[in-house]
Amino acid sequence: MKKLGLFGVMAALLRREVSVALRQKGEVLTPLVFFVVVASLFPLGVGPESALLLRMAPGVLWVSALLAAMLSLQRLFATDHADGSLEQMALSSTPLGLLVAAKALTHFLLSGLPLVLMAPVLGLQFGLESHSLGILMLTLLLGTPTLSLIGSIGAALTLGVRGAGVLLSLLILPLYIPVLIFGAGAVEADAAGLGIGGHLSLLAALLVLSVFFAPLATKTALRISLE
Amino acid sequence: MNTQKIHWFKFSSPQNFYFLAGRMWPWFAVLATVLAAVALWIGLVMAPVDAQQGQGYRIIFVHVPAASLSMFVYLVMAGWAGFGLAFNTRLSGMMASALAPTGAILAFLSLATGSLWGKPMWGTWWVWDARLTSSLILLFLYLGFIALQSSIDDPRRADKASAVLALVGAVNIPIIYGSVYWWNTLHQGASVTVKGASIAPAMLWGMGLMTAAFWMYAITMTLVRVRAIILDRERHTEWVKHAVE
Amino acid sequence: MQWNNWNEFLAMGGYAQYVWPAFGLTALAVVIEVIQVRAKRREVLRSLHAQFESEKGDPQ
Repeated sequence: MKKLGLFGVMAALLRREVSVALRQKGEVLTPLVFFVVVASLFPLGVGPESALLLRMAPGVLWVSALLAAMLSLQRLFATDHADGSLEQMALSSTPLGLLVAAKALTHFLLSGLPLVLMAPVLGLQFGLESHSLGILMLTLLLGTPTLSLIGSIGAALTLGVRGAGVLLSLLILPLYIPVLIFGAGAVEADAAGLGIGGHLSLLAALLVLSVFFAPLATKTALRISLE
Repeated sequence: MNTQKIHWFKFSSPQNFYFLAGRMWPWFAVLATVLAAVALWIGLVMAPVDAQQGQGYRIIFVHVPAASLSMFVYLVMAGWAGFGLAFNTRLSGMMASALAPTGAILAFLSLATGSLWGKPMWGTWWVWDARLTSSLILLFLYLGFIALQSSIDDPRRADKASAVLALVGAVNIPIIYGSVYWWNTLHQGASVTVKGASIAPAMLWGMGLMTAAFWMYAITMTLVRVRAIILDRERHTEWVKHAVE
Repeated sequence: MQWNNWNEFLAMGGYAQYVWPAFGLTALAVVIEVIQVRAKRREVLRSLHAQFESEKGDPQ
């Protein structure tokens, strides 16, 4: 039997996660549709005045993306938990932290990345210029992996719990706030002609912190939930 | 019997802590009352009027203590939670659960008094200043902790899960507060505070003493609450049977 | 002493409608919490007594 190195294990896990998730194409597309619908609700709520929409756009698009990314978190562990494969994985010799990281990465690839690609289309609806659209995509690209990683902690904590979906939102939305502030803030700052180096570095720092600490918290939470 | 050393670890058993807390809480209650009375006297009667805000500024004598203490209680709660996770002790989880409602009430008070302070100063019932916004987020963190605890039936799993949540929250608090303060300065928001240069010593004394009073009060409430939690969780033991007869 | 008489004290320089509710809310929060804590203790004791009563008939 070929001995896999760290990357080999990760690649195998990733392959498995992506193929399992892609079997439910509908569940992959729903958050994307949700993103579009929610972002469209705001103009309907505040009126079509273009100056106002332009001002609102970074925040609205970021919040909508954040909520859409959160939607599919519940499924992160639930489906594997339901058929018992999660326990098998936890008992196996594969480090649980790696598995958890693979799941978060899959979530980013199938949830976050589509949002990054869809965001400029919605940005046009709000009148954002092409330069702002680029910054929006960049901040979402840096931010959505962090959202997936932090979200995985919530998913592990609420595994199998009554009312898990709403509870999960309540638990992780406060933790999403720094990402939101720097992400939306960067787009605004750029539109105002200010530098965004600080924002981007902070987003990157948040990502690095999450990569190191979120899997640790998630795997602890998972072991607690599986007891 | 060895009376030279106090064996502190014996108090990590719920049974021993139950009786220790029973003897301790009245003292903290007395301290809280005395400190509050002195603080009120200084704050409402002795402290001078503020040059810019008039007599309205006196709300800081409850707003600042509530805000500071709600934050402090969260850190203590996270500390107990972490201790419980690390050493697998039952009592630590019970202490964290006992602290949460007190902390949440303090966070709410911080918001309500901040709102009452902001209305005459800025004309609106809510101001998105850094301290109020951070207090709001802290309240969300408390509510999340309480919600997670109450939605898991098994007490041990509930304690451990909410312990992880409390620790994650505690680690995130500096990041969240930092980003909110940054966000606030960027948008040049209003600020609910008393200017540093004009703080009279009496004002500092009033705030300090009231903070200490709230602290003693929080300890009192936590000790009484944890006694009920201990009885509830340890109901299958002999000592509980004898204790409630 | 900052105040010349009771009326001035109660009026709080025109800010009475903000200052007194702030302190009042704080006092109310304390009262509510004390009531809640005592009610919780009573409820736990009640449920324990019920449990021990029903266990009296059980063989040891």
